[in-house]
Amino acid sequence: MSSSEKRRNTTPTAGAPAVELLRINKWFGAVHANRDVSLSVAPGTIHGIVGENGAGKSTLMSILYGFHRADRGEIRIAGRPVAIRGSEDAIAAGIGMVHQHFMLVDTFTVVENVILGAEGGRLLAPGTHRARGELAELASEYALEVPPDALVGDLPVGLQQRVEILKALYRGAEILVLDEPTGTLAPQEADHLFRILRRLKGQGKTIVLITHKLREIMAVTDRISVMRQGRMVAHRDTATTTVAEIAELMVGRRVLSQVEKEAVKPGRDLLSVENLRVRDDRGLSSVRNVSFSVRAGEIVGIAGVAGNGQSELMEALAGLRPVVGGRILVAGKPVGAGGRLRRRLGLAHVPEDRRRMGLVMPFQARESAILGHHDDPRYRRAALFDWAAVSRDTAGKMDAFDVRPADPRRITAAFSGGNQQKLVLAREIERDPLVLLVGQPTRGVDIGAIEFIHRRLVAMRDAGRAVLLISAELDEIMGLSDRILVMFGGTIAGEFPAGRATERELGLLMAGAAGRERSAP
Amino acid sequence: MELLTLLALVLDSTLRLSAPLILAALAGLFSERSGIIDIGLEGKMLGAAFAAATAATFTGSPWAGLAAGIGASVLLALVHGYACITHRGNQVVSGLALNILVSGVTAVLGIAWFAQGGRTPQLPGEARFLPLEWPGAAPLRDVPGVGTLYSELLSGHNLMVYLAFLAVPTVAWVLYRTRFGLRLRAAGENPQSVETAGISIIALRYRALLCTGVACGMAGTYLSLAQSASFINDMTAGKGYIALAALIFGKWRPYPAMLACLLFGFLDATAIRLQGVDLPGVGEVPVQFVQALPYVLTVVLLAGFIGRAIPPKALGVPYVKER
Repeated sequence: MSSSEKRRNTTPTAGAPAVELLRINKWFGAVHANRDVSLSVAPGTIHGIVGENGAGKSTLMSILYGFHRADRGEIRIAGRPVAIRGSEDAIAAGIGMVHQHFMLVDTFTVVENVILGAEGGRLLAPGTHRARGELAELASEYALEVPPDALVGDLPVGLQQRVEILKALYRGAEILVLDEPTGTLAPQEADHLFRILRRLKGQGKTIVLITHKLREIMAVTDRISVMRQGRMVAHRDTATTTVAEIAELMVGRRVLSQVEKEAVKPGRDLLSVENLRVRDDRGLSSVRNVSFSVRAGEIVGIAGVAGNGQSELMEALAGLRPVVGGRILVAGKPVGAGGRLRRRLGLAHVPEDRRRMGLVMPFQARESAILGHHDDPRYRRAALFDWAAVSRDTAGKMDAFDVRPADPRRITAAFSGGNQQKLVLAREIERDPLVLLVGQPTRGVDIGAIEFIHRRLVAMRDAGRAVLLISAELDEIMGLSDRILVMFGGTIAGEFPAGRATERELGLLMAGAAGRERSAP
Repeated sequence: MELLTLLALVLDSTLRLSAPLILAALAGLFSERSGIIDIGLEGKMLGAAFAAATAATFTGSPWAGLAAGIGASVLLALVHGYACITHRGNQVVSGLALNILVSGVTAVLGIAWFAQGGRTPQLPGEARFLPLEWPGAAPLRDVPGVGTLYSELLSGHNLMVYLAFLAVPTVAWVLYRTRFGLRLRAAGENPQSVETAGISIIALRYRALLCTGVACGMAGTYLSLAQSASFINDMTAGKGYIALAALIFGKWRPYPAMLACLLFGFLDATAIRLQGVDLPGVGEVPVQFVQALPYVLTVVLLAGFIGRAIPPKALGVPYVKER
């Protein structure tokens, strides 16, 4: 009824922008998340929106997709003002959204996921039949092949994302919004996604791409809008700008994208892993006979698509996951089960998920800053904590690691992602460990803080310590590591000295295409 | 021959004893598939049993009783919904609270209205759901095998038993073949995916609870108008919890849940048959032991005999619109 009328209403007025946001304002309590944000996206283009975490990109897109309502401001689609009160209205206006965390039902088949909400009648059979036909068409038109009867939960991330795109197209989306679409993709999968996006653009679709990966946005967009602290600070044509300029606009100052690193001659093995075998949560073998070592004065990076055993490897090394077979040695001494002895031997761990494993969110910063070191006599007075000493100690760490605001009694959750991460790093690094395990050190961290964290990791290495780095960001692995290991299917699929690995080679190994490089398109 | 008749009798009472469990398990299925834990099946059944008996006492009609039973159960389901959906309360606490509340309220009202220690008056036959004789059942009774099967097992149940078993394919059809079923299953797995598809998760879950209320109302009515002829204090005696256990054994799927209910019904029927019987080599089995059997089995099965039951992913998680 009204939804089909609305769709008719959006036939483009000649020359009008596909999407126009006018002076959008949004408050969350006292936080002014969007301040007078205006944006104009030309039809048939790929428009990038970049900004640091908390810059307001996601809020803006939530408003466009009807998750939130703007407190002030206007949305125009194809030149006509529209009121978007919920996702229903957004869909009717021809907007499709591919969320960062996919909105898919794992236990459903691809077809069931696609028709959910657009079943076309009370019974499923006719809609399912129609969807099958249309999926086949969309697949051939946009290189979006997905097995229609596979369970979505069994599909790799790249294919799940295609299902999300198909969902949007099936609902007749003319404007496709993608929120951080390459976060979990291997480089080849990301390339395929970009090919799909270009083809969609070729068919006249409008694409809005939200990301913080600058290289990607330069590769695929026509125009870039930069947000900072809730404001829209600049618009640029991709052809006439540079990565450096965009980075500077995002942060508000100049940033070094590459960490300077001097050549260091590695010393003895500080961390040795011999034939390590580990099982994942489902009891399946996820690290299979892995052996490697990290030497003093060396950063070893482990690259891999999420779910290939890196996380389990890291947890086993940190003593958080039982070892099924093999040995772990720190400075030549075997570690026992659990984490306590490892810490005494000089092993420190910055977990991948700081919110879940690295910190206790409702704790004060000073409580989070001594997690795992409560028995340190410096923090004690008889049987009780000496809170004044803990505060002093934490203030020192905050100072050394530039944690802002430097308030030891502030609740951990109230710090930004970057500052939380610096707090974890401060806790682990300030004890001067021999071996530092770091997982995703810059996930959800602002560019400015990334630079700082990278410098600290390199400083560890320069001081003759061993650093084992796991990251989903290939740039980070390539920029920091002295040696790169690629994990695929629980084994080490390849090893490269720094500087000798190309992104293409790494990507192929990450995708498990070791023996059949030639056959890849 | 003796054995066959015995078996037919046990199976016959199995059907009658599992019927309310099936209805209650299917009721729970709607709620839990939509993401709302329903530990309140017990209370809804009890409330429905009381309302049905009361209405049947005053009107003399089992249909008025059924309507009242369903009404009471739907009302309780909506209260649960108001607490858990609208106000995002804890679903287990809300369910338990309703169970306790109903147990008390039915007793108090029963005493106040009928002054028979909480019982409702004995209902005459025409105010109950009576067994239906299938055509030809009487003459076929003496035909061995098929005849016994037909007249003992298939014929001679009350309407509600047939309804319970018909409800299973119906619910399966709704769940797997209709739009409502698809959305219901999605709501229990990933409510955000439903909301982003432009569907209100709140309205959807209320609709699911309405279905729960209706089916559970039938289950409760069965107890006081078909199985017995009056309401007795706490007459559900844990059937709501058993139905919930059956739903879990059945991994939240209609047919397996029905099989689990039949298993519990069979144990119950066996328990009744075994009372006072001398088993060769064992002697007389204590009544208490036999009566405890279904509950012991529940524990054994729950302890992992059935493999891991993977619940709907969003079960028990109040839905909060993102950030």
